[in-house]
Amino acid sequence: MAYQLLKFALGREYKEPRFFRDCQTPKKSYDAVIIGGGGHGLAAAYYLAKDHGITNVAVLERGYIGGGNTGRNTTIVRSNYLTPDGVSFYDASVKLFEGLSTELDINLFYSNRGHFTLAHSESAMRTMRWRAEVNKHVGVKSRVVGTDEISRACPQLDISCSGKAPIQGALYHEPGSIARHDAVAWGYARGADSMGVEIFQNTEVQGIDVKDGRVQGVHTSRGYIATGKVLSAVAGFTPRVCKMVNLQTPIVIHPLQACVSEPMKPWLDTILVSGSLHVYVSQSSRGELVMGSSLDPYEVHSTRSTFDFVEGLTSHIVDMFPFLSNVKIVRQWAGMADITPDFAPIMGNTPVRGFYLDAGWGTWGFKATPISGKTMAYTMANDRPHELIHSFRMSRFEEYELTGEKGAASVGH
Amino acid sequence: MSMRLPKQAGEWISRDKTVRFTFEGQEYSGYEGDTITSALWAAGVKVLGRSFKYHRARGVLSFANHDVNVMVTDGNDTNIRGDVVALGNGMQLDAVNTDGGVLKDKNKYIDSLSPLLPVGFYYKAFHKPARLFPFWEKIIRKAAGLGVVNFNYPRITKRKLNKHCDLLVIGAGPSGLSAALAAASEGLEVVLVDENQSLGGSLTYDYAGSESSRKILEELQAKVAETANIHVYTGAYAAGYYADHMVPVVTAKGITRVRAKAVIVATGVFEQPPVFHNNDLPGVMLGSAAQRLINRYAVKPFNKGVVVTANAHGYRVALDLLNAGAKVAALVDMRAEGQRDDLVGELVRKGVKIYPASCVYEAVATSDKLGVQGAVIFPFDEATGQANPGKSVNIDCDGIAMSAGWAPAAALLYQAGTGMGYSNDIQQFVPNCLPAGVFAAGRVNGVYCLQQRANDGMRAAAEVLRYLGKRPPEVTVDKHQGPSPSHPYPFVEHPKGKNFVDFDEDIQIKDFVNAAKEGFDNIELMKRFTTVGMGPSQGKHSNMNAIRILAKIRNLPVEKIGTTTARPFFHPTPFGHLGGRSFHSHRLTSIHAWHESAGAFFVDVGAWSRPAYYQQAGKSKQQLVQEEAQAVRQTAGIIDSGTLGKIEVCGPDAALFLERFYTGKFADQKVGTTRYALLLDEAGVVVDDGIASRLADELFYLTISTSNAAAVYREMQRWLQIWQLNVGLVNVTGAYGLINVAGPAARDIVGKLVSIDLSDAAFPMGAACETEVLGVPVRLVRVGFVAHLAYEIHMPSAHGLNFWLALMEAGAGYGIRPFGTDAQRLLRLELGHHLAGYDTDGLTNPYEIGAESALAMDKPFFIGQRSLKIIGKKKVAKLLVPFVLPQEYSGEMPQDCNLVIDGAAIKGRVTSVAYSPAAKRIIGLAYVDPARNQPGMVFDIRTDNGSIVKATVVETPFFNAD
Repeated sequence: MAYQLLKFALGREYKEPRFFRDCQTPKKSYDAVIIGGGGHGLAAAYYLAKDHGITNVAVLERGYIGGGNTGRNTTIVRSNYLTPDGVSFYDASVKLFEGLSTELDINLFYSNRGHFTLAHSESAMRTMRWRAEVNKHVGVKSRVVGTDEISRACPQLDISCSGKAPIQGALYHEPGSIARHDAVAWGYARGADSMGVEIFQNTEVQGIDVKDGRVQGVHTSRGYIATGKVLSAVAGFTPRVCKMVNLQTPIVIHPLQACVSEPMKPWLDTILVSGSLHVYVSQSSRGELVMGSSLDPYEVHSTRSTFDFVEGLTSHIVDMFPFLSNVKIVRQWAGMADITPDFAPIMGNTPVRGFYLDAGWGTWGFKATPISGKTMAYTMANDRPHELIHSFRMSRFEEYELTGEKGAASVGH
Repeated sequence: MSMRLPKQAGEWISRDKTVRFTFEGQEYSGYEGDTITSALWAAGVKVLGRSFKYHRARGVLSFANHDVNVMVTDGNDTNIRGDVVALGNGMQLDAVNTDGGVLKDKNKYIDSLSPLLPVGFYYKAFHKPARLFPFWEKIIRKAAGLGVVNFNYPRITKRKLNKHCDLLVIGAGPSGLSAALAAASEGLEVVLVDENQSLGGSLTYDYAGSESSRKILEELQAKVAETANIHVYTGAYAAGYYADHMVPVVTAKGITRVRAKAVIVATGVFEQPPVFHNNDLPGVMLGSAAQRLINRYAVKPFNKGVVVTANAHGYRVALDLLNAGAKVAALVDMRAEGQRDDLVGELVRKGVKIYPASCVYEAVATSDKLGVQGAVIFPFDEATGQANPGKSVNIDCDGIAMSAGWAPAAALLYQAGTGMGYSNDIQQFVPNCLPAGVFAAGRVNGVYCLQQRANDGMRAAAEVLRYLGKRPPEVTVDKHQGPSPSHPYPFVEHPKGKNFVDFDEDIQIKDFVNAAKEGFDNIELMKRFTTVGMGPSQGKHSNMNAIRILAKIRNLPVEKIGTTTARPFFHPTPFGHLGGRSFHSHRLTSIHAWHESAGAFFVDVGAWSRPAYYQQAGKSKQQLVQEEAQAVRQTAGIIDSGTLGKIEVCGPDAALFLERFYTGKFADQKVGTTRYALLLDEAGVVVDDGIASRLADELFYLTISTSNAAAVYREMQRWLQIWQLNVGLVNVTGAYGLINVAGPAARDIVGKLVSIDLSDAAFPMGAACETEVLGVPVRLVRVGFVAHLAYEIHMPSAHGLNFWLALMEAGAGYGIRPFGTDAQRLLRLELGHHLAGYDTDGLTNPYEIGAESALAMDKPFFIGQRSLKIIGKKKVAKLLVPFVLPQEYSGEMPQDCNLVIDGAAIKGRVTSVAYSPAAKRIIGLAYVDPARNQPGMVFDIRTDNGSIVKATVVETPFFNAD
């Protein structure tokens, strides 16, 4: 038994401190205000304090921390993207994730399981090779594998998918991992709080003051806060926050749904993704299958669930794993994904001085949590974008220099 | 010892049908109609499962699928919920998640380690040193999960039905039955759904020792049976509420998607356990569970029991226990006031000792910890929630029935968007703002008195009728009177803990307290940190208590704490039910059977199945593809291209529409000619290309690549809506077959069937006409995609096979050979043609593929033109060029998507590469640095094995056709 647990048995009283303070009344001003207490916002706060010594920071969260897409995703971490810039960026994130449990002193259950992107057609195999070649070039462990290797890693998988979409091969991405998503937010919150960052939950941002093209402060449900730097890290709420500073983005909001099965003894050791079948699935350390599908095909600012999502997803899962026919789905849910035209995020400075954007995270935000925090903190501290996020600058849309991640962002695009 | 009672009026079992089964290797018998749990409990088996985390012995708790104490496997299926799954003959059952059986579970030691495992312990351990985490993780994963999945379980998918009705009533208790009857009597088509095998809800078990409930039920059941417009679904649960009143109703046979004009939610309440030390021992159960055992299954819950209560219901339970011959050693009422009505007198008369203002401080475990041997009763100060150890009473008993309150089964109401408020009168969340068309009735609506529950059903039915435009009479429902049916805080602290709130997840009171200390003090964070409500029963027996604890910790009213989000499903629902019989839609051309008989190897292209090549014994795919291609170069080949998208654009604005839609010019296109049609999106990215044949002034005939056909047609419709042009679009993809005959002999072969002059002068490249072949009107197009001489014949698709056979016959003397898509790709590559979607990707612009000539930038508008005006001013980042490898090259064969590199930089990639029999070398297309696009320039390709190949830029075509 791990020695860390002994203290609980030895101490009569439960002495664990709060993860973060229960902040209620904001100060009149802060050096920086972060809108959004999800993984990204909290990570940015953490690295602002840790890397740049900027600790006079407030994080404003409308609900509770980690309650948005941080707590709604399917927790997959990977870097097998398509563009060299994308691969380098996500690779840096994977590397931060690998050391994060130690750094934040919280067990994130960062679990390296390997990740197969299944290809059911020749054209899918071509894309896999493309991604593999770019990954290898950047130094990321991805390669195209045949069905024999897939079967070895997951003997339970019906390679023919019940005869409906025979698997031809896969992109195997060795670093592919899953993690306990909520704990990422909690760990960053604790880390940031311990260095002086103040986290306000149940605090809604109602407006942002801009004067002469510069951010002046933020109107909140807890009063006005003066600040020269505001980071928006609010995923599905990005269009609403950007409207407060009259900033137009090409982001549209689509719901992204997921569901979870009842717990069963772990048997699925890898992470499986199929673009053709619109499925991704892994098994958590609680024994539940965590499953997701592609975006809902329409714009909706809502987190409602739909029945056709779960009908389609389960039908494909049964094609892959016929023996799950009588295993049960316990719960389904949805998040609001902020989608960009090229399926890459929008990060960095904006035309509004002092207003920084960390958005466009669509279906790929969780895996970028550490690196987005780190690079956005750098960007805010220096008022110039970190070199890793150059390709994600907002101006790329007017410059026609898109970062095409459509083929690798997630399933079904 | 058998706990089966003599025949009970209204029991659900058939005593003439004995069912034999085994549990944990022991043989038992029950009756048809028993659930697994009732049969085991009747047989005297009390340890029915082990808990998820601490592996504590567990028996009956809710006996209603509101907990998962009883999860068994039959060796085939797993995680079978014993409380509600019918017993079957020959079942060989074992509890899930034990190591060595439910009695001797080797993992029970974990219970004694529980002090080491406080709430969220796994966040605080195992991660340092990091290198050991994989070791710990293996152990944790082994402990995780419940049942073991059987990988040989058969694929079973269930049918789905759709049902439409005026009113869906969910829950057939007194409120639901009354509502259904009232609505049906006004002529509504009513669907009535209940998860139990029989109608009645609490009327089937909450007897309080009298017959009156059963009498009421029999009356209601008879009325429902004779009402033709009530459609009853029993053994059916409403899995969730979705937009527009769509409620999937799940039965063993499958799912029925019910779409109703209005919905009445009469789902009742879940009984909630009071929380005290060892409240999870086998023998400690909810009062309603005891009543269900007795009155539905004729099973005595225990021989001598204590009832602990905080409402009137506990008194009713005591009466049912007495009626079943169980001794009630004590009735412990946590309320300071106790109960003050006839029930008290009746119990006292029957010799039950009542302890008001008292609590069960702990259930005393038997020495093997597998059951209850007694209860310790303490005075209880309701105001402070403190048990007073001063005057304790120890009572021997083998069971404890608990009734301290209820939580509304409001999941569907929440999902529908109902606003819920907390009623202090009844200590329960009740609806206070219902969405249109959704109504609540009965206990879920906060109405408890039996007569009023029936009234509330009728009231809800009247509201539905009003909602549907009728004028029913008013029905009034009396406000709740008397003491609250739920206790605001039925918790008893104990230094040893083990006072469980969530039985699925083994969560105790102190876990909440500690979670709050660590800052997880709002209900959503608390849920995630403690995992309360995250188990398979999704908080049915635990969420309300969690909210009460948090309210106490934070010293806030319950209402301020709020609830966690209720999501589907109401009960966990199987994959095979949800997925149903899935359909794999695919399309076949009318020539498909011929291809099959000719040995075609098919590939899916979009929804279509197409021959990739035709197999022959003893020949490799590579060899066959080359042969098929050579036939086209040397004599003639024939390919079934019926899968291509075909769209007619007609009407006065047809040319104008195409000018806007595609990049080229069509206004001046002559009838009888074809033009290249390149489609971009608004960002200037290449989407598709095809051929536009002008067949008449106001009729264009477009071909579109197979996989893009549906999307392009959709785009055309979208733009037509926007532009409002006088144009008709007809998707004739399925209506027309298409056969392409290509190669030097194509003219002679096609000439045998057509009467028009096919000479270069009369029918040159780019010609198109409507003519007649084999007595059928066809469209004939001279094309050049795979060979310099080729004809497309478009015929009504039903005639496809006839034409194919006729052309094969006409070409027999020339050695005509069918070819598939693999040879087609090679042939077009030899001519240097790119394939949209194959040689282009999601960001390719026309400048990068050298398609400037297709861009009529002088037009006033086309889709993507504005973007091209900006892109055109920028430096091209990469360029698609034709390349060859040296004739003598014998190294690793480059593959599509191998990278073009220059030192450390990626400059582009190979998009098409193949050995060309015509050019006698490896040829291909690749994106390269624009500075290296001139013929003769050399660039590097890195192959799969990492070797670098030098490729040389050339001009196309790759071979000399003459």
